[in-house]
Amino acid sequence: MSRSAFDTAVIGGGLHGLSAALHLARAGRRVVLVEQNWVGRHASGATAAGVRTLGRDLAEVPISLESMEMWHRIEAIVGDHCGFHSYGQLRVAEFTAHLPSLEKRLETMHQQGYGHEEIIDRAELLKLVPAIAPHCVGALIARRDGAADPHRALRAFRRSCEGAGVVIHEGCGVTAIDRRGSDWHIRAGEQEITVPVIVNAAGAWAARLAALVGDDIPLGLKASMMIVTERLAPLLKPVVSVVGRSLSFKQSDQGTLVIGGGLQGRADIDAQKSAVDFTELAKGARAATDLFPSVKDVRITRSWAGIEAKTKDLLPVIGPSPNASGVFHAFGFSGHGFQLVPVVGSIIADLVVSGKTQRHISPFSAERLMTTRAAA
Amino acid sequence: MFRKLHEPEGAITVYVDGIAASAEPGESIAAVLLRAAPHWSRTTPVTQSKRAPYCMMGVCFECLAIVDGIASVQTCLTLVRDGMRIERQHGKRSLSA
Amino acid sequence: MTSVDLLIVGAGPAGMAAAVQARRFGLDVLVVDDQPAPGGQIWRSVETVAAAPRGKILGQAYQAGKPLADAFRASGVRYQPGTQLWQIEPGFRAFVTRDRQASTIEARSVILATGAQERPVPFAGWTLPGVLTVGAAQILLKSSGQIPEKPVWIAGSGPLPLLYLVQLLRAGGKIAGYLDTTPPGRRRAALPHLAKALGAAGDLIKGLAWMGMLRKARVPIVRHVADIEAIGSERIESLMYRTRTGQEKTVPADVLLVHEGVIPSIHGALALGCAVAWRDDQDCYAPVLDPWGESSQAGIFVAGDGAGIAGAQAASLRGELAALRVAVTLGRASEQAAAEAAKPIRRKLDRQLALRPFLDALFKPRPEIFAPSDATIVCRCEEVTAGDIRAMADVGRPGPNQVKAFTRAGMGPCQGRQCGYTVTQILAAAEGRTAQEVGFYRIRPPLKPVTLGELASLDRREKVS
Ligand SMILES: Cc1cc2nc3c(=O)[nH]c(=O)nc-3n(C[C@H](O)[C@H](O)[C@H](O)COP(=O)(O)OP(=O)(O)OC[C@H]3O[C@@H](n4cnc5c(N)ncnc54)[C@H](O)[C@@H]3O)c2cc1C
Ligand SMILES: Cc1cc2nc3c(=O)[nH]c(=O)nc-3n(C[C@H](O)[C@H](O)[C@H](O)COP(=O)(O)OP(=O)(O)OC[C@H]3O[C@@H](n4cnc5c(N)ncnc54)[C@H](O)[C@@H]3O)c2cc1C
Ligand code: FES
Repeated sequence: MSRSAFDTAVIGGGLHGLSAALHLARAGRRVVLVEQNWVGRHASGATAAGVRTLGRDLAEVPISLESMEMWHRIEAIVGDHCGFHSYGQLRVAEFTAHLPSLEKRLETMHQQGYGHEEIIDRAELLKLVPAIAPHCVGALIARRDGAADPHRALRAFRRSCEGAGVVIHEGCGVTAIDRRGSDWHIRAGEQEITVPVIVNAAGAWAARLAALVGDDIPLGLKASMMIVTERLAPLLKPVVSVVGRSLSFKQSDQGTLVIGGGLQGRADIDAQKSAVDFTELAKGARAATDLFPSVKDVRITRSWAGIEAKTKDLLPVIGPSPNASGVFHAFGFSGHGFQLVPVVGSIIADLVVSGKTQRHISPFSAERLMTTRAAA
Repeated sequence: MFRKLHEPEGAITVYVDGIAASAEPGESIAAVLLRAAPHWSRTTPVTQSKRAPYCMMGVCFECLAIVDGIASVQTCLTLVRDGMRIERQHGKRSLSA
Repeated sequence: MTSVDLLIVGAGPAGMAAAVQARRFGLDVLVVDDQPAPGGQIWRSVETVAAAPRGKILGQAYQAGKPLADAFRASGVRYQPGTQLWQIEPGFRAFVTRDRQASTIEARSVILATGAQERPVPFAGWTLPGVLTVGAAQILLKSSGQIPEKPVWIAGSGPLPLLYLVQLLRAGGKIAGYLDTTPPGRRRAALPHLAKALGAAGDLIKGLAWMGMLRKARVPIVRHVADIEAIGSERIESLMYRTRTGQEKTVPADVLLVHEGVIPSIHGALALGCAVAWRDDQDCYAPVLDPWGESSQAGIFVAGDGAGIAGAQAASLRGELAALRVAVTLGRASEQAAAEAAKPIRRKLDRQLALRPFLDALFKPRPEIFAPSDATIVCRCEEVTAGDIRAMADVGRPGPNQVKAFTRAGMGPCQGRQCGYTVTQILAAAEGRTAQEVGFYRIRPPLKPVTLGELASLDRREKVS
């Protein structure tokens, strides 16, 4: 058998797979990416694409801040601005009773030496978001946060990958992974690939891939729902969320309102299908119309749910496999992985190429989720 | 562009961009728009080009207009009412209205 | 929340007939329809118009709808006109809006009788005011008694333009000309199916009679026209077309009506996850159904033209069959009784369906419809051109959903009802695949544009404070 043309296989054509592939190829690896459907079919095509450091788990803050710097120069990285705008993200307190939780958060951030979150009062809130309901009393803000266009990002990452020599096979689902000496042999549809290194970026299906190489990592499932409306004249620029309710509210460049916030629909992971639950989604519409009364008569043009993996502590898994040498995991982003796309690709490239990374990734180890079990 | 074959029975009055137009109970707003020059209902949000009712059965969304203050109403599916105020809708919907 | 045995969506021939049949078995039936009165497309406003002078203009086949509408009203069915259905969830829970109020309906079974729409035909200038479909003009005649003010151009193919021309003549309308786009050779292609179609000879004779009337009235008819273009800045001012001999003609035009056949409305079935299959004979998708009209989703039936184009009579018959089966599944009729009752219905249905191969071959959409020039707008809502779609085929072999994500075609309020098939066909041609392989947009709810406030009103939670 002739030597494989590739030395690294990335499984999963979401943004995390693409980002890992891109950074690896630029670091000199010969990368093949396999995707069971088409690039962007799942979470990365369904995402709200909020680029948010605001309110992140402390363990995530360092990489999230680094990723934010990368978003601010995303054009230099992938040759396109990806529709990224930085008008800030806000977490609004509707009632004074909600302020203490924001103040506490701010105090924690200051204690840790972070200055990227601030509290603004009602007057500034109304200045930044004139359309917001006047009963709101203030907000926590991260001014460098923003949002991007997920489809533009997908296209840009894909083109950059291809430009860097990554070979992308769509319609090739990985069904088997076996050891071949020090290599891994992968069967993915019509493709048979033998490589020493595998990156598992298979999103909601990542635990199944991990199981194929001997890692038993329990993963939950999310099916977050989104609403998109008809196009409106400019209404607001920042991304708005609110204390105590599931709402994330923003306006796209095209003028459509993009409303999410983590309300859960239904998912069928085997059928790769997800469905909206309108009784649940009504809560999101209620929150949107309570916070922005003027949008009451705005028409919904579509809604959907996207499937993604969730860990028990809502932190991702980023790092080498505990049981299978040459396998690296990047999944379990639990509903907030879009923002982390640039940095996680870079971390994976570090790990593959030099076996280590400067970033603090121990909170993201797979081991933390696995029941203690002696390595075979 | 279109004309009625008969004198409307029990004619009522609606206002299209403030101008009175005669209408017949039971007919759609879009039917009235196609009789009232300049015969278009909205401009598109993308290039502001003019559009008029096209399918009359609810599947093209070209007949959108502002009806009694509510924007993006499918006028081909909405019946006239006496005194109704209809405004042609310009480009992206503005919420100040 | 309302709770019923059977929810029927659509009060056209199929929905009305299904309701009447289901009521015979004592089922609790609710019919929702977005029109103000029963009748569907063929029998719009039939209750009020059938006996009026306009009823004569519209003809006997129109007036024939009155008895069914009467039976429907008398059947004891619950009927909600002016009501849009925008989602059905498993179980079944249906979401509707009426008079700007959203509500939910619980139903043990569902019949989708949502009918058909005219096949979208993109050509240069088709978005200009003054260009409408023939069906739209006919609806204006039926429900508003109105016709084009000035001599009207009609372009297209199929029975509906002929019928409308005849109705327009009766109404005293003026016709600039009929540009028949049926390509040469179609009659020969249809001929082998003629013998089978004779079972429903009445309809064929009607078609011939219409042609006779048009000739007698000296309606200018130009055969085998191609490359139609509407020209104007703010509205149509003139019309260009190419004759069979390749001559280009430009004529002034005030109103242009177009029609290239009808296709099943499949958005509801798709949103519900019902399997659909490509139909080569009608160049469209249709739901996969068992002989009763039950879809791949148990308890969800499709009846009428939404199940595949077959006309009003077949629509009624399919509605009756679906209702029979629902009665069986809900324990109100025995399998045997239903099978007996179905026999004469199936015989009549077979006769109706025997006509289709002839009509489908005669009026098969010309290939040009699926290959608009690069500059032609395909997605009317988002103003995406055929060229924009073709340009997408350069990266990978994208399907309609990727093209939608990247170009926004199909993302506007009509949700791809006007561009879906064109996008499929353009990609099929560019990628050397069949339309079936390329597939259709994934349809995302809501089926109709409910507002945020209407949806919010379904949240029963206490006020937040
Ligand atoms: C509705 C929604 C809103 C969101 N909003 C935000 C937000 O505002 N901000 C934010 O930061 N994050 C957000 N997220 C989260 C973010 O979108 C995801 O974390 C991110 O897109 C995950 O990317 P991924 O590449 O890991 O997963 P995916 O994009 O799901 O990619 C995984 C891919 O792997 C493929 N695959 C699976 N199994 C196999 C196999 N066996 N063989 C081959 N291929 C396989 C799948 O087909 C899939 O394409 C949101 C997510 C959703 C669903
Ligand atoms: C514009 C047009 C004009 C036609 N004119 C003729 C004609 O003159 N003669 C002829 O023989 N055939 C005509 N046809 C063909 C027609 O499809 C059939 O003859 C017949 O009407 C089909 O009956 P049906 O019951 O299947 O559907 P339809 O008669 O179309 O009835 C479907 C009903 O469902 C309603 N509906 C659809 N979706 C929803 C929803 N989501 N919520 C609530 N209600 C909904 C529609 O408004 C409609 O009232 C026409 C078709 C079209 C599209
Ligand atoms: S005219 Fe097409 S939706 Fe009203």
